[in-house]
Amino acid sequence: MPVQEIKFYQTGSLVVGNRLLDPERRTVQADPGRPNTLTSGHRACQGCGEALGARYAVDAAHRATGGRIVVVNATGCLEVFSTPYPETSWRVAWLHSLFGNAPAVATGVAAALKVKGRTDVRVVGQGGDGGTVDIGFACLSGMFERNDDVLYICYDNQAYMNTGVQRSGATPPAARTATTQAVGPEPGNPFGQGKNAALIAMAHEIPYVATATVADLRDLEYKVHRAMEFRGARYLHVLVPCPLGWATASSDTIRVARLAKESGLFPVFEAEHGEITAVSKIRRKVPVEEYLRAQGRYAHLFGDPPRTDVIAALQALADRNIRRFGLLDEEG
Amino acid sequence: MDRPFAITLEVGSSLANKTGAWRTERPVYLDRFPPCNQNCPAGENVQGWLYHAESGDYETAWRILVDDNPFPAVMGRVCYHPCQTACNRGRLDEAVGINAVERFLGDEALRRGWTVPVEAEPSGKRVLVVGAGPAGLSAAYHLVRLGHEVTVVDSAEEPGGMMRYGIPRYRLPRDVLAAEIKRILDMGVRFEAGRTVTDLRAEMERYDAAFLAVGAHVARRAYIPAGDSARILDAIKMLRDTAEAEPPQIGRRVVVYGGGNTAMDAARTARRLGATDAVVVYRRTKDRMPAHESEVADAEAEGVRMKWLSTIARADGGKVLIERMRLDETGFPQPTGEYEELDADTVVLALGQEPDLTLLEGLPGVEIDKGVVRVGPNMMTGYPGVFAGGDMVPSDRTVTVAIGHGKLAARHIDAWLRGTQYTPPPPPPPATYDRLNTWYYSDAPAQLRPRLEVARRITTFDEVEGGLDESTALFEARRCLSCGNCFECDNCYGVCPDNAVIKLGPGRRFMIDYDYCKGCGLCAAECPAGAITMVPEET
Repeated sequence: MPVQEIKFYQTGSLVVGNRLLDPERRTVQADPGRPNTLTSGHRACQGCGEALGARYAVDAAHRATGGRIVVVNATGCLEVFSTPYPETSWRVAWLHSLFGNAPAVATGVAAALKVKGRTDVRVVGQGGDGGTVDIGFACLSGMFERNDDVLYICYDNQAYMNTGVQRSGATPPAARTATTQAVGPEPGNPFGQGKNAALIAMAHEIPYVATATVADLRDLEYKVHRAMEFRGARYLHVLVPCPLGWATASSDTIRVARLAKESGLFPVFEAEHGEITAVSKIRRKVPVEEYLRAQGRYAHLFGDPPRTDVIAALQALADRNIRRFGLLDEEG
Repeated sequence: MDRPFAITLEVGSSLANKTGAWRTERPVYLDRFPPCNQNCPAGENVQGWLYHAESGDYETAWRILVDDNPFPAVMGRVCYHPCQTACNRGRLDEAVGINAVERFLGDEALRRGWTVPVEAEPSGKRVLVVGAGPAGLSAAYHLVRLGHEVTVVDSAEEPGGMMRYGIPRYRLPRDVLAAEIKRILDMGVRFEAGRTVTDLRAEMERYDAAFLAVGAHVARRAYIPAGDSARILDAIKMLRDTAEAEPPQIGRRVVVYGGGNTAMDAARTARRLGATDAVVVYRRTKDRMPAHESEVADAEAEGVRMKWLSTIARADGGKVLIERMRLDETGFPQPTGEYEELDADTVVLALGQEPDLTLLEGLPGVEIDKGVVRVGPNMMTGYPGVFAGGDMVPSDRTVTVAIGHGKLAARHIDAWLRGTQYTPPPPPPPATYDRLNTWYYSDAPAQLRPRLEVARRITTFDEVEGGLDESTALFEARRCLSCGNCFECDNCYGVCPDNAVIKLGPGRRFMIDYDYCKGCGLCAAECPAGAITMVPEET
């Protein structure tokens, strides 16, 4: 684990803060004076994983840069719920662009800052999985190959939630969306489609690529900090469950993200210059079924009779991740 | 104001949008009743004092502890820790070593000389406590703290009761006991040694109330046909003589008759007094022994042999005749007619004890049932103003229970003296295991206390079980899950997607900002301790 593990403080590294820790070893989110770059009053749904993930990530970037950041936001839920005209929930320099061009706009901001000699101000681009993995992908790939000095953060909730839960290139197999209905012999999103944006980013051999979830705050904050230690293109892919699109209880957002990682379906790792340097090991392995059962978008797998074949195929995906990324300890 | 092109409204913050209006359920902080606290016979706030021990603030931890129990160093040695049996962590890995931390705090207090101040205004009331055992001294301690004038009378020369004359030194070193008793007496408790109260009615003319805790010191007898040369002792007398440095001559081969803690103490003491063969004879099976498991295990480790399903039929001339028993359908032992002989220089009877209740004679209204005094829920006997507790009332007869009786009685005596009623606050809802989010707790194995090796144990009366040092005690304290009680882990503050949890600062916990809380329930779901509950909003 790249994050320094804190032991024997009752809850160790796992909770947000800890009254027994030295203040400098606590998370940004534990700080009573944290920046709250995404402040209250936003219109995200109850239990929104993206609102949480965005505040976690941008607050961490804020601390890493001493507040000298410009945030460029693609169209999507995050933009819609945070800035209904004339209100804004953002307390940082923030720009909204189109659905597909946030990486290009971020490139432009970075170039402008360079021209002005303000290399102390850092640029963060961000968007949902639709704006990143599908619509903005050409701009993103261009930003990567030019190695522009931008940290791009994708908040992945695995579909176009803002427009009514349509399938995206990040939607996992078997998941029900508005455009992949749970009907027919192969219900939900087909197997064998979609893409793994983090691995594609790694193929660009950019300085830093990492994945994270909203269930492990210390890891997420560490990765934002680490990303800010590099110059050039960096990519952070954060899994942010969506109670609306996943049909989960609003109180289950973090639990579901945790199960995604613990089941092996969502591997959490970091890579430098195209090579994986660390993976977050599974702490308490769970079968994928436990993850799937918590979500209404997989309810069709647990009907009468249950689709054990589909569940087994999803388990095979998790097992492959575990093998491929070495997610289990040797003795585990 | 000049606005940029195409901008018609001023930019405002989303703080104007009070999303609290969306809520159908609201999170509410609460303190639940942790199982350790619930199971403590002395009514300790275990989770409460562990919380302060976790931060290394041992003095505050000790002060919370002694609010309920003036004997932490004694408790940390002789308590059978039902708190640990109930501990939720036991279902995760191993129970928190509460008893070990308690002992560390007790010893730390003695080392540093911490004392308990008496802050109450003098009430002018006089209370007589009969018996200076755990119940009596506990009552005296609490009564003095409540402002009353307390006199403790005991027929023995030294205070401590069964803690001094019953529990062997290898479990409770006398300097520790003496120091904790001294701390109570130094608070202004008057102690009259070597005085036996025989006429309570006459005494009551000089006192406003009395608490009786004379214990159970009279050995129960069983008829055993015995020859002239048989040497038969009472366990209770044997332990007492050993405690008073006049150990009896017991020979090499000792048979102890009985299956309770006293039998184990007697057998283990016999080993230390030179018995090469100590055998416990008990008429039922091991699992039915009233002795605590740990005592049985310790006795066995020290070479004490056990004969289950056996009774002594006869004792004479260095032999005892044992009859084998079998359990009938109701679990009652029945004779089988099969016999065997055991060598025995001494037979020690440990068949239970009864209280000596002669002091109650002539006191109207006092009811005695099955050899013990009947008391109400307020610990008062049938005679107004006379309360009783400890082994002389129906109870489990442990030091911890007695200490709890002393505290409870003191509260009721105080109320009675002031002409009021003591009503304990209603218990909070239980902090059950299913309320916890155990994901968040670190994997942390229990710390073991060092133990004296067996060879030393059976040749000396040195203390068998050692204590934790500061680092291991701190580690152990930090294994506490803080069930049902906020320990300021900041999870609620962190996981709220709406920044609707306000952090109030160290020791002051958190509050919900209901202007923005949408009621998603993430804070409650991710609270490790289960200290947040969701309550439906009124519509």
